[in-house]
Amino acid sequence: MPSFSSHPKQRSDQMESGSTASRSSGDGSQRAASEALVRVRGLHFRRGEQRIFDGVDLDIPRGLVTAIMGPSGTGKTTLLKLISGQLQADAGEIEVDGQSIGSLSRSELYALRTRMGMLFQSGALLTDLDVFENVAFPLREHAKLPESVLRKLVLIKLEAVGLRGAARLMPSELSGGMARRVALARAVALDPTMIMYDEPFTGQDPISMGTLTSLIRQLNDASGLTSIVVSHDVSETAEIADHLYIIANGQIMASGSPREVAASDSAWVRQFMDGEPDGPVHYHYPAAPLEQDLLHSAVH
Amino acid sequence: MLDSIASLGRAGLAAVASLGRAHLLLIGILGGLPSMLIRPRLLVAQVYNLGVLSLLIILVSGLFVGMVLGLQGHYVLSQFGAAESLGVMVAASLVRELGPVVTALLFAGRAGSALTAEIGLMKATEQLSGLEMMAVDPVKRVLTPRFFGGLISMPLLAALFSAVGVIGGWFVGVGLLGVDDGAFWGQMQSKIDFNEDVLNGVIKSLIFGLVVTWIALFEGYDTSPTSTGVSRATTRTVVHAALAVLGLDFVLTALMFGG
Repeated sequence: MPSFSSHPKQRSDQMESGSTASRSSGDGSQRAASEALVRVRGLHFRRGEQRIFDGVDLDIPRGLVTAIMGPSGTGKTTLLKLISGQLQADAGEIEVDGQSIGSLSRSELYALRTRMGMLFQSGALLTDLDVFENVAFPLREHAKLPESVLRKLVLIKLEAVGLRGAARLMPSELSGGMARRVALARAVALDPTMIMYDEPFTGQDPISMGTLTSLIRQLNDASGLTSIVVSHDVSETAEIADHLYIIANGQIMASGSPREVAASDSAWVRQFMDGEPDGPVHYHYPAAPLEQDLLHSAVH
Repeated sequence: MLDSIASLGRAGLAAVASLGRAHLLLIGILGGLPSMLIRPRLLVAQVYNLGVLSLLIILVSGLFVGMVLGLQGHYVLSQFGAAESLGVMVAASLVRELGPVVTALLFAGRAGSALTAEIGLMKATEQLSGLEMMAVDPVKRVLTPRFFGGLISMPLLAALFSAVGVIGGWFVGVGLLGVDDGAFWGQMQSKIDFNEDVLNGVIKSLIFGLVVTWIALFEGYDTSPTSTGVSRATTRTVVHAALAVLGLDFVLTALMFGG
Protein backbone atom coordinates (compact mmCIF):
# COMPACT_ATOMS: atom_id res chain seq x y z
CA MET A 1 0.00 0.00 0.00
CA PRO A 2 1.15 3.56 -0.54
CA SER A 3 3.13 5.35 2.11
CA PHE A 4 1.59 8.79 2.19
CA SER A 5 1.84 10.71 5.42
CA SER A 6 -1.49 11.89 6.70
CA HIS A 7 -2.19 15.09 8.62
CA PRO A 8 -5.14 14.41 10.91
CA LYS A 9 -5.31 17.99 12.21
CA GLN A 10 -5.31 19.42 8.72
CA ARG A 11 -8.05 17.00 7.75
CA SER A 12 -10.10 17.84 10.79
CA ASP A 13 -9.80 21.59 10.02
CA GLN A 14 -10.74 20.94 6.43
CA MET A 15 -13.69 18.81 7.43
CA GLU A 16 -14.91 21.68 9.57
CA SER A 17 -14.68 24.12 6.70
CA GLY A 18 -16.29 21.53 4.42
CA SER A 19 -19.33 21.17 6.61
CA THR A 20 -19.54 24.95 6.65
CA ALA A 21 -19.48 24.94 2.87
CA SER A 22 -22.55 22.78 2.80
CA ARG A 23 -24.62 25.33 4.71
CA SER A 24 -26.61 27.58 2.55
CA SER A 25 -27.22 30.76 4.49
CA GLY A 26 -25.66 33.59 6.46
CA ASP A 27 -22.00 33.60 7.46
CA GLY A 28 -21.64 29.96 6.56
CA SER A 29 -22.23 30.49 2.85
CA GLN A 30 -19.94 33.54 2.73
CA ARG A 31 -17.16 31.57 4.37
CA ALA A 32 -17.73 28.66 2.04
CA ALA A 33 -17.60 30.92 -1.01
CA SER A 34 -14.30 32.45 0.11
CA GLU A 35 -12.80 29.01 0.75
CA ALA A 36 -14.10 27.39 -2.40
CA LEU A 37 -11.48 26.42 -4.96
CA VAL A 38 -14.18 25.97 -7.60
CA ARG A 39 -17.30 28.16 -7.71
CA VAL A 40 -20.12 27.39 -10.10
CA ARG A 41 -22.97 29.87 -10.41
CA GLY A 42 -26.05 29.68 -12.59
CA LEU A 43 -24.61 27.00 -14.86
CA HIS A 44 -26.68 26.23 -17.95
CA PHE A 45 -25.59 23.70 -20.52
CA ARG A 46 -27.39 21.88 -23.31
CA ARG A 47 -26.24 19.17 -25.63
CA GLY A 48 -28.40 19.41 -28.73
CA GLU A 49 -31.99 19.36 -27.52
CA GLN A 50 -31.06 17.75 -24.21
CA ARG A 51 -30.82 20.02 -21.19
CA ILE A 52 -27.89 18.90 -19.01
CA PHE A 53 -27.66 21.72 -16.44
CA ASP A 54 -30.35 24.22 -15.66
CA GLY A 55 -29.02 26.88 -13.29
CA VAL A 56 -26.68 24.82 -11.12
CA ASP A 57 -24.80 26.49 -8.22
CA LEU A 58 -22.11 24.61 -6.32
CA ASP A 59 -18.84 25.14 -4.48
CA ILE A 60 -15.92 22.74 -4.29
CA PRO A 61 -14.22 23.45 -0.95
CA ARG A 62 -10.43 23.73 -0.95
CA GLY A 63 -8.54 20.78 0.53
CA LEU A 64 -11.49 18.38 0.74
CA VAL A 65 -12.77 15.40 -1.18
CA THR A 66 -16.03 16.44 -2.83
CA ALA A 67 -18.11 13.80 -4.57
CA ILE A 68 -20.49 14.54 -7.44
CA MET A 69 -22.98 11.70 -7.62
CA GLY A 70 -26.05 10.95 -9.62
CA PRO A 71 -27.57 8.42 -12.00
CA SER A 72 -25.88 7.65 -15.31
CA GLY A 73 -26.34 10.28 -17.98
CA THR A 74 -27.03 13.18 -15.61
CA GLY A 75 -23.95 15.16 -16.67
CA LYS A 76 -21.39 14.34 -13.99
CA THR A 77 -18.53 13.92 -16.46
CA THR A 78 -19.83 16.93 -18.39
CA LEU A 79 -19.49 18.98 -15.19
CA LEU A 80 -15.82 17.98 -14.91
CA LYS A 81 -15.28 18.94 -18.56
CA LEU A 82 -16.91 22.31 -17.91
CA ILE A 83 -14.77 22.92 -14.82
CA SER A 84 -11.61 22.02 -16.74
CA GLY A 85 -12.57 24.16 -19.73
CA GLN A 86 -12.89 21.26 -22.17
CA LEU A 87 -16.47 22.40 -22.74
CA GLN A 88 -17.92 25.91 -22.66
CA ALA A 89 -21.04 26.64 -20.62
CA ASP A 90 -24.05 28.13 -22.42
CA ALA A 91 -24.58 30.51 -19.51
CA GLY A 92 -23.32 30.97 -15.97
CA GLU A 93 -19.97 31.36 -14.32
CA ILE A 94 -17.31 28.81 -13.41
CA GLU A 95 -14.35 30.02 -11.36
CA VAL A 96 -11.32 27.90 -10.52
CA ASP A 97 -8.95 29.40 -7.98
CA GLY A 98 -10.43 32.82 -8.67
CA GLN A 99 -10.06 32.58 -12.45
CA SER A 100 -13.17 32.60 -14.62
CA ILE A 101 -12.82 29.64 -16.99
CA GLY A 102 -14.93 31.19 -19.74
CA SER A 103 -12.78 34.32 -20.03
CA LEU A 104 -9.36 32.62 -20.13
CA SER A 105 -7.26 32.60 -23.28
CA ARG A 106 -5.95 29.24 -24.48
CA SER A 107 -2.52 29.83 -22.97
CA GLU A 108 -4.05 30.95 -19.65
CA LEU A 109 -6.27 27.87 -19.63
CA TYR A 110 -3.26 25.63 -20.28
CA ALA A 111 -1.36 27.36 -17.47
CA LEU A 112 -4.29 26.68 -15.14
CA ARG A 113 -4.46 23.06 -16.26
CA THR A 114 -0.88 22.46 -15.14
CA ARG A 115 -2.36 22.91 -11.66
CA MET A 116 -5.21 20.47 -12.35
CA GLY A 117 -5.00 16.72 -12.65
CA MET A 118 -7.66 14.50 -14.13
CA LEU A 119 -8.12 10.77 -13.89
CA PHE A 120 -10.19 9.66 -16.86
CA GLN A 121 -12.58 6.75 -16.67
CA SER A 122 -10.51 4.83 -19.22
CA GLY A 123 -7.18 5.92 -17.75
CA ALA A 124 -6.36 7.64 -21.08
CA LEU A 125 -2.77 6.39 -21.00
CA LEU A 126 -0.80 7.01 -24.18
CA THR A 127 -0.69 3.57 -25.72
CA ASP A 128 2.61 4.03 -27.56
CA LEU A 129 4.50 4.87 -24.35
CA ASP A 130 5.36 2.54 -21.48
CA VAL A 131 4.28 3.17 -17.88
CA PHE A 132 7.44 5.12 -17.00
CA GLU A 133 7.16 7.37 -20.05
CA ASN A 134 3.45 7.96 -19.44
CA VAL A 135 4.16 9.28 -15.95
CA ALA A 136 7.20 11.19 -17.21
CA PHE A 137 5.17 12.78 -20.03
CA PRO A 138 3.82 15.87 -18.21
CA LEU A 139 7.20 16.40 -16.54
CA ARG A 140 9.01 16.28 -19.88
CA GLU A 141 6.47 18.68 -21.39
CA HIS A 142 6.42 21.25 -18.61
CA ALA A 143 9.13 20.80 -15.99
CA LYS A 144 12.34 20.64 -18.11
CA LEU A 145 14.14 18.61 -15.45
CA PRO A 146 17.50 16.85 -15.80
CA GLU A 147 16.97 13.20 -16.75
CA SER A 148 18.33 11.89 -13.43
CA VAL A 149 15.92 14.06 -11.39
CA LEU A 150 13.02 13.19 -13.67
CA ARG A 151 13.74 9.48 -13.28
CA LYS A 152 13.70 9.75 -9.48
CA LEU A 153 10.46 11.75 -9.51
CA VAL A 154 8.72 9.26 -11.77
CA LEU A 155 9.85 6.32 -9.65
CA ILE A 156 8.61 8.08 -6.50
CA LYS A 157 5.20 8.67 -8.11
CA LEU A 158 5.03 5.05 -9.26
CA GLU A 159 6.10 3.81 -5.83
CA ALA A 160 3.24 5.82 -4.31
CA VAL A 161 0.72 3.89 -6.41
CA GLY A 162 2.55 0.59 -5.90
CA LEU A 163 3.64 0.16 -9.51
CA ARG A 164 7.36 0.97 -9.54
CA GLY A 165 7.96 -2.61 -10.63
CA ALA A 166 5.69 -2.13 -13.65
CA ALA A 167 7.62 0.88 -14.97
CA ARG A 168 8.60 -0.81 -18.22
CA LEU A 169 5.26 -2.45 -18.99
CA MET A 170 3.15 -1.13 -21.86
CA PRO A 171 -0.43 0.03 -21.15
CA SER A 172 -1.78 -3.02 -23.03
CA GLU A 173 -0.08 -5.24 -20.43
CA LEU A 174 -1.84 -3.61 -17.46
CA SER A 175 -5.11 -4.60 -15.81
CA GLY A 176 -7.86 -1.96 -15.58
CA GLY A 177 -7.02 -1.19 -11.95
CA MET A 178 -3.28 -0.91 -12.68
CA ALA A 179 -3.96 1.39 -15.63
CA ARG A 180 -5.97 3.73 -13.38
CA ARG A 181 -3.20 3.75 -10.78
CA VAL A 182 -0.66 4.66 -13.47
CA ALA A 183 -3.02 7.36 -14.69
CA LEU A 184 -3.29 8.59 -11.10
CA ALA A 185 0.51 8.75 -10.80
CA ARG A 186 0.58 10.73 -14.06
CA ALA A 187 -2.22 13.05 -12.89
CA VAL A 188 -0.25 14.02 -9.78
CA ALA A 189 3.14 14.17 -11.54
CA LEU A 190 3.12 17.96 -11.63
CA ASP A 191 1.86 18.23 -8.02
CA PRO A 192 -1.48 19.83 -8.94
CA THR A 193 -3.69 21.87 -6.63
CA MET A 194 -6.79 19.97 -7.66
CA ILE A 195 -7.50 16.55 -9.05
CA MET A 196 -10.67 15.34 -10.73
CA TYR A 197 -11.62 11.66 -10.81
CA ASP A 198 -14.08 10.55 -13.47
CA GLU A 199 -15.82 7.35 -12.36
CA PRO A 200 -12.67 5.90 -10.74
CA PHE A 201 -14.39 2.77 -9.38
CA THR A 202 -16.32 1.64 -12.46
CA GLY A 203 -15.48 -1.90 -13.52
CA GLN A 204 -12.97 -2.50 -10.73
CA ASP A 205 -12.62 -5.69 -8.70
CA PRO A 206 -12.96 -5.32 -4.89
CA ILE A 207 -9.17 -5.22 -4.34
CA SER A 208 -8.59 -2.54 -6.99
CA MET A 209 -11.57 -0.60 -5.69
CA GLY A 210 -10.22 -0.68 -2.14
CA THR A 211 -6.77 0.37 -3.37
CA LEU A 212 -8.17 3.27 -5.39
CA THR A 213 -10.39 4.39 -2.51
CA SER A 214 -7.41 4.52 -0.13
CA LEU A 215 -5.21 6.22 -2.73
CA ILE A 216 -7.71 8.99 -3.39
CA ARG A 217 -8.16 9.75 0.30
CA GLN A 218 -4.48 9.49 1.18
CA LEU A 219 -3.31 11.51 -1.82
CA ASN A 220 -5.74 14.23 -0.88
CA ASP A 221 -4.61 14.36 2.75
CA ALA A 222 -0.88 13.88 2.22
CA SER A 223 -0.52 16.34 -0.65
CA GLY A 224 -3.08 18.92 0.48
CA LEU A 225 -5.04 18.44 -2.73
CA THR A 226 -8.61 19.35 -3.52
CA SER A 227 -10.35 16.33 -5.00
CA ILE A 228 -13.53 16.04 -7.03
CA VAL A 229 -14.80 12.49 -7.42
CA VAL A 230 -17.50 11.85 -9.96
CA SER A 231 -19.16 8.52 -9.35
CA HIS A 232 -22.38 6.60 -9.00
CA ASP A 233 -20.86 4.04 -6.64
CA VAL A 234 -22.63 5.17 -3.50
CA SER A 235 -20.87 3.27 -0.72
CA GLU A 236 -17.27 3.68 -1.96
CA THR A 237 -17.74 7.36 -2.72
CA ALA A 238 -19.54 8.18 0.53
CA GLU A 239 -16.72 6.41 2.39
CA ILE A 240 -14.03 8.84 1.23
CA ALA A 241 -15.98 12.04 0.55
CA ASP A 242 -16.13 14.99 2.91
CA HIS A 243 -18.93 16.58 0.95
CA LEU A 244 -21.51 15.21 -1.49
CA TYR A 245 -23.53 16.73 -4.28
CA ILE A 246 -26.22 14.63 -5.93
CA ILE A 247 -27.29 15.88 -9.33
CA ALA A 248 -30.15 14.82 -11.57
CA ASN A 249 -32.48 16.46 -14.09
CA GLY A 250 -30.09 19.38 -14.48
CA GLN A 251 -30.33 20.36 -10.79
CA ILE A 252 -28.61 19.73 -7.46
CA MET A 253 -30.97 17.29 -5.75
CA ALA A 254 -29.06 17.15 -2.45
CA SER A 255 -25.81 18.32 -0.88
CA GLY A 256 -24.03 18.00 2.43
CA SER A 257 -21.82 15.58 4.30
CA PRO A 258 -22.35 11.88 3.51
CA ARG A 259 -24.16 11.51 6.83
CA GLU A 260 -26.48 14.44 6.11
CA VAL A 261 -27.30 13.16 2.63
CA ALA A 262 -27.84 9.63 3.91
CA ALA A 263 -30.32 11.00 6.44
CA SER A 264 -32.24 12.93 3.80
CA ASP A 265 -36.01 12.38 3.80
CA SER A 266 -36.35 13.10 0.07
CA ALA A 267 -37.84 10.05 -1.64
CA TRP A 268 -35.64 10.62 -4.69
CA VAL A 269 -32.44 10.82 -2.63
CA ARG A 270 -33.48 7.78 -0.60
CA GLN A 271 -34.04 5.77 -3.78
CA PHE A 272 -30.63 6.75 -5.16
CA MET A 273 -28.67 6.19 -1.95
CA ASP A 274 -30.40 2.85 -1.19
CA GLY A 275 -30.34 1.66 -4.79
CA GLU A 276 -34.08 0.92 -4.93
CA PRO A 277 -35.16 -0.27 -8.41
CA ASP A 278 -38.42 1.66 -8.39
CA GLY A 279 -39.58 4.91 -6.86
CA PRO A 280 -39.61 8.50 -8.06
CA VAL A 281 -37.28 7.25 -10.80
CA HIS A 282 -39.37 4.60 -12.51
CA TYR A 283 -38.02 1.19 -13.41
CA HIS A 284 -39.86 1.23 -16.74
CA TYR A 285 -38.99 3.59 -19.54
CA PRO A 286 -42.13 5.53 -20.52
CA ALA A 287 -44.21 3.40 -22.89
CA ALA A 288 -47.76 2.59 -23.93
CA PRO A 289 -49.59 0.02 -21.73
CA LEU A 290 -48.23 -3.52 -22.15
CA GLU A 291 -51.63 -4.91 -23.25
CA GLN A 292 -51.80 -2.38 -26.04
CA ASP A 293 -48.36 -3.40 -27.35
CA LEU A 294 -49.05 -7.13 -27.05
CA LEU A 295 -52.51 -7.08 -28.62
CA HIS A 296 -51.61 -4.90 -31.58
CA SER A 297 -49.65 -6.39 -34.44
CA ALA A 298 -47.84 -3.16 -35.36
CA VAL A 299 -46.03 -1.01 -32.81
CA HIS A 300 -45.61 2.63 -33.66
CA MET B 1 -40.77 17.70 -51.51
CA LEU B 2 -40.05 20.29 -48.83
CA ASP B 3 -38.46 17.60 -46.68
CA SER B 4 -36.11 16.66 -49.52
CA ILE B 5 -35.07 20.28 -49.99
CA ALA B 6 -34.59 20.67 -46.24
CA SER B 7 -32.44 17.55 -45.98
CA LEU B 8 -30.43 18.67 -49.01
CA GLY B 9 -29.91 22.02 -47.30
CA ARG B 10 -28.86 20.33 -44.06
CA ALA B 11 -26.38 18.14 -45.93
CA GLY B 12 -24.97 21.21 -47.69
CA LEU B 13 -24.60 23.11 -44.43
CA ALA B 14 -22.94 20.11 -42.78
CA ALA B 15 -20.50 19.81 -45.69
CA VAL B 16 -19.59 23.52 -45.50
CA ALA B 17 -19.21 23.34 -41.71
CA SER B 18 -17.00 20.26 -42.08
CA LEU B 19 -14.87 22.04 -44.68
CA GLY B 20 -14.52 24.99 -42.30
CA ARG B 21 -13.43 22.74 -39.43
CA ALA B 22 -10.92 21.03 -41.75
CA HIS B 23 -9.36 24.39 -42.67
CA LEU B 24 -9.21 25.50 -39.04
CA LEU B 25 -7.52 22.22 -38.19
CA LEU B 26 -5.00 22.74 -41.00
CA ILE B 27 -4.17 26.20 -39.62
CA GLY B 28 -3.70 24.66 -36.17
CA ILE B 29 -1.47 21.93 -37.61
CA LEU B 30 0.70 24.47 -39.44
CA GLY B 31 0.88 26.53 -36.26
CA GLY B 32 2.57 23.57 -34.58
CA LEU B 33 5.54 23.70 -36.96
CA PRO B 34 7.86 25.74 -34.67
CA SER B 35 7.32 23.45 -31.68
CA MET B 36 7.85 20.38 -33.89
CA LEU B 37 11.16 21.73 -35.15
CA ILE B 38 12.38 21.92 -31.55
CA ARG B 39 11.73 18.17 -31.23
CA PRO B 40 12.58 16.67 -34.63
CA ARG B 41 12.49 13.10 -33.25
CA LEU B 42 8.67 13.30 -33.36
CA LEU B 43 8.90 14.00 -37.10
CA VAL B 44 11.48 11.27 -37.69
CA ALA B 45 9.22 8.73 -35.95
CA GLN B 46 6.34 9.67 -38.25
CA VAL B 47 8.47 9.54 -41.41
CA TYR B 48 9.32 6.01 -40.30
CA ASN B 49 5.68 5.08 -39.53
CA LEU B 50 4.20 6.59 -42.67
CA GLY B 51 7.08 6.30 -45.13
CA VAL B 52 9.37 3.42 -44.25
CA LEU B 53 6.52 1.11 -43.24
CA SER B 54 4.78 1.82 -46.58
CA LEU B 55 7.88 0.89 -48.60
CA LEU B 56 7.00 -2.72 -49.22
CA ILE B 57 3.61 -2.10 -50.83
CA ILE B 58 4.97 0.86 -52.81
CA LEU B 59 8.03 -0.98 -54.18
CA VAL B 60 6.16 -4.15 -55.09
CA SER B 61 3.36 -2.18 -56.74
CA GLY B 62 5.86 0.01 -58.59
CA LEU B 63 7.66 -3.05 -59.95
CA PHE B 64 4.47 -4.63 -61.27
CA VAL B 65 3.11 -1.38 -62.73
CA GLY B 66 6.46 -0.87 -64.53
CA MET B 67 6.39 -4.44 -65.86
CA VAL B 68 2.84 -4.01 -67.15
CA LEU B 69 3.84 -0.71 -68.79
CA GLY B 70 6.75 -2.53 -70.45
CA LEU B 71 4.44 -5.18 -71.87
CA GLN B 72 1.67 -2.84 -73.00
CA GLY B 73 4.08 -0.20 -74.29
CA HIS B 74 6.05 -2.72 -76.31
CA TYR B 75 2.83 -4.09 -77.85
CA VAL B 76 1.70 -0.64 -79.03
CA LEU B 77 5.09 0.83 -79.97
CA SER B 78 6.27 -2.22 -81.92
CA GLN B 79 3.26 -1.82 -84.25
CA PHE B 80 4.73 1.55 -85.30
CA GLY B 81 8.32 0.33 -85.35
CA ALA B 82 9.14 2.48 -82.33
CA ALA B 83 9.89 -0.20 -79.74
CA GLU B 84 13.20 1.57 -78.91
CA SER B 85 11.13 4.41 -77.44
CA LEU B 86 9.84 2.05 -74.74
CA GLY B 87 12.17 3.59 -72.11
CA VAL B 88 10.76 7.08 -72.72
CA MET B 89 7.20 5.86 -72.58
CA VAL B 90 7.67 3.92 -69.38
CA ALA B 91 9.61 6.71 -67.63
CA ALA B 92 7.29 9.52 -68.74
CA SER B 93 4.18 7.58 -67.71
CA LEU B 94 5.67 6.88 -64.33
CA VAL B 95 7.21 10.22 -63.35
CA ARG B 96 4.38 12.34 -64.75
CA GLU B 97 1.30 10.34 -63.79
CA LEU B 98 1.42 6.86 -62.41
CA GLY B 99 4.16 7.44 -59.86
CA PRO B 100 2.43 10.29 -58.00
CA VAL B 101 -1.15 9.06 -58.54
CA VAL B 102 -0.79 5.35 -57.77
CA THR B 103 1.55 6.09 -54.85
CA ALA B 104 -1.01 8.54 -53.44
CA LEU B 105 -3.81 5.98 -53.79
CA LEU B 106 -1.71 3.30 -52.10
CA PHE B 107 -0.57 5.81 -49.47
CA ALA B 108 -4.21 6.69 -48.72
CA GLY B 109 -5.06 3.01 -48.33
CA ARG B 110 -2.07 2.06 -46.23
CA ALA B 111 -0.92 5.13 -44.27
CA GLY B 112 -4.03 7.35 -44.50
CA SER B 113 -6.39 4.75 -43.10
CA ALA B 114 -3.87 3.92 -40.35
CA LEU B 115 -3.61 7.61 -39.43
CA THR B 116 -7.39 8.04 -39.22
CA ALA B 117 -7.81 4.89 -37.13
CA GLU B 118 -4.97 5.89 -34.80
CA ILE B 119 -6.24 9.44 -34.20
CA GLY B 120 -9.85 8.26 -33.97
CA LEU B 121 -8.96 5.64 -31.38
CA MET B 122 -6.90 8.16 -29.45
CA LYS B 123 -10.03 10.30 -29.33
CA ALA B 124 -12.29 7.38 -28.40
CA THR B 125 -9.97 6.30 -25.57
CA GLU B 126 -9.71 9.88 -24.27
CA GLN B 127 -5.97 10.12 -25.01
CA LEU B 128 -6.50 13.43 -26.81
CA SER B 129 -8.56 14.77 -23.89
CA GLY B 130 -5.84 13.49 -21.57
CA LEU B 131 -3.25 15.55 -23.46
CA GLU B 132 -5.52 18.59 -23.24
CA MET B 133 -5.79 18.11 -19.48
CA MET B 134 -1.99 17.87 -19.23
CA ALA B 135 -1.89 21.29 -20.91
CA VAL B 136 -0.47 19.78 -24.08
CA ASP B 137 -2.09 20.80 -27.36
CA PRO B 138 -2.96 17.51 -29.12
CA VAL B 139 -3.01 19.21 -32.53
CA LYS B 140 0.58 20.41 -32.17
CA ARG B 141 1.86 17.34 -30.31
CA VAL B 142 0.10 14.57 -32.25
CA LEU B 143 -1.18 15.92 -35.57
CA THR B 144 1.58 18.27 -36.72
CA PRO B 145 4.38 15.64 -36.80
CA ARG B 146 2.09 13.22 -38.62
CA PHE B 147 1.12 15.86 -41.17
CA PHE B 148 4.71 16.76 -42.03
CA GLY B 149 5.70 13.09 -41.86
CA GLY B 150 3.15 12.41 -44.61
CA LEU B 151 4.21 15.47 -46.57
CA ILE B 152 7.85 14.36 -46.60
CA SER B 153 7.13 10.68 -47.18
CA MET B 154 4.86 10.99 -50.21
CA PRO B 155 7.34 12.49 -52.75
CA LEU B 156 10.04 10.06 -51.60
CA LEU B 157 7.68 7.11 -51.97
CA ALA B 158 6.53 8.36 -55.40
CA ALA B 159 10.17 8.72 -56.51
CA LEU B 160 10.93 5.17 -55.38
CA PHE B 161 7.76 3.91 -57.06
CA SER B 162 8.84 5.48 -60.36
CA ALA B 163 12.44 4.24 -60.04
CA VAL B 164 11.37 0.66 -59.36
CA GLY B 165 8.75 0.94 -62.11
CA VAL B 166 11.43 1.93 -64.65
CA ILE B 167 13.45 -1.11 -63.59
CA GLY B 168 10.34 -3.28 -64.04
CA GLY B 169 9.77 -1.82 -67.52
CA TRP B 170 13.45 -2.38 -68.39
CA PHE B 171 13.29 -5.98 -67.18
CA VAL B 172 10.30 -6.77 -69.40
CA GLY B 173 11.30 -4.63 -72.39
CA VAL B 174 15.04 -5.32 -72.54
CA GLY B 175 15.30 -8.57 -70.62
CA LEU B 176 12.29 -10.44 -71.98
CA LEU B 177 11.17 -8.74 -75.20
CA GLY B 178 14.55 -7.90 -76.73
CA VAL B 179 14.44 -4.08 -76.86
CA ASP B 180 17.94 -2.62 -77.30
CA ASP B 181 19.44 -1.77 -73.91
CA GLY B 182 21.28 1.36 -75.14
CA ALA B 183 18.18 2.71 -76.92
CA PHE B 184 16.03 2.12 -73.83
CA TRP B 185 18.25 4.18 -71.53
CA GLY B 186 19.58 6.63 -74.15
CA GLN B 187 16.18 7.77 -75.38
CA MET B 188 14.95 8.05 -71.82
CA GLN B 189 17.93 10.26 -70.95
CA SER B 190 17.47 12.54 -73.92
CA LYS B 191 13.67 12.88 -73.88
CA ILE B 192 12.82 13.10 -70.18
CA ASP B 193 13.19 16.71 -69.06
CA PHE B 194 13.97 17.36 -65.40
CA ASN B 195 11.77 20.46 -65.01
CA GLU B 196 8.98 19.44 -67.35
CA ASP B 197 8.61 15.84 -66.21
CA VAL B 198 10.42 15.04 -62.99
CA LEU B 199 9.83 18.31 -61.12
CA ASN B 200 6.16 18.44 -62.08
CA GLY B 201 5.80 14.87 -60.82
CA VAL B 202 7.42 15.85 -57.53
CA ILE B 203 5.07 18.85 -57.19
CA LYS B 204 2.10 16.56 -57.84
CA SER B 205 3.22 14.06 -55.23
CA LEU B 206 3.78 16.84 -52.68
CA ILE B 207 0.25 18.15 -53.23
CA PHE B 208 -1.21 14.64 -53.08
CA GLY B 209 0.73 13.99 -49.88
CA LEU B 210 -0.67 17.17 -48.33
CA VAL B 211 -4.25 16.37 -49.33
CA VAL B 212 -4.20 12.70 -48.32
CA THR B 213 -2.57 13.36 -44.94
CA TRP B 214 -4.84 16.33 -44.24
CA ILE B 215 -7.98 14.30 -45.02
CA ALA B 216 -6.74 11.38 -42.92
CA LEU B 217 -5.94 13.55 -39.90
CA PHE B 218 -9.16 15.54 -40.14
CA GLU B 219 -11.34 12.45 -40.41
CA GLY B 220 -9.62 10.93 -37.37
CA TYR B 221 -9.78 14.12 -35.31
CA ASP B 222 -13.38 14.93 -36.28
CA THR B 223 -14.73 11.42 -35.85
CA SER B 224 -17.46 10.45 -33.44
CA PRO B 225 -15.57 8.65 -30.62
CA THR B 226 -17.20 5.24 -31.05
CA SER B 227 -16.16 2.07 -32.86
CA THR B 228 -18.71 2.78 -35.59
CA GLY B 229 -17.51 6.36 -35.87
CA VAL B 230 -13.86 5.33 -36.27
CA SER B 231 -14.80 2.65 -38.80
CA ARG B 232 -16.79 5.12 -40.90
CA ALA B 233 -14.07 7.76 -40.66
CA THR B 234 -11.47 5.28 -41.91
CA THR B 235 -13.65 4.40 -44.88
CA ARG B 236 -14.28 8.09 -45.60
CA THR B 237 -10.54 8.76 -45.57
CA VAL B 238 -9.86 6.22 -48.30
CA VAL B 239 -12.84 7.28 -50.43
CA HIS B 240 -12.37 11.05 -50.07
CA ALA B 241 -8.59 10.88 -50.46
CA ALA B 242 -8.85 8.71 -53.61
CA LEU B 243 -11.43 11.04 -55.18
CA ALA B 244 -9.44 14.12 -54.22
CA VAL B 245 -6.24 12.68 -55.69
CA LEU B 246 -7.87 11.73 -58.99
CA GLY B 247 -9.72 15.03 -59.29
CA LEU B 248 -6.66 17.07 -58.41
CA ASP B 249 -4.56 15.03 -60.82
CA PHE B 250 -6.74 16.16 -63.71
CA VAL B 251 -6.49 19.81 -62.62
CA LEU B 252 -2.73 19.65 -62.08
CA THR B 253 -2.13 17.80 -65.34
CA ALA B 254 -4.18 20.41 -67.21
CA LEU B 255 -2.17 23.20 -65.57
CA MET B 256 1.24 21.57 -66.04
CA PHE B 257 0.96 19.81 -69.36
CA GLY B 258 -2.23 21.21 -70.91
CA GLY B 259 -0.37 23.60 -73.15
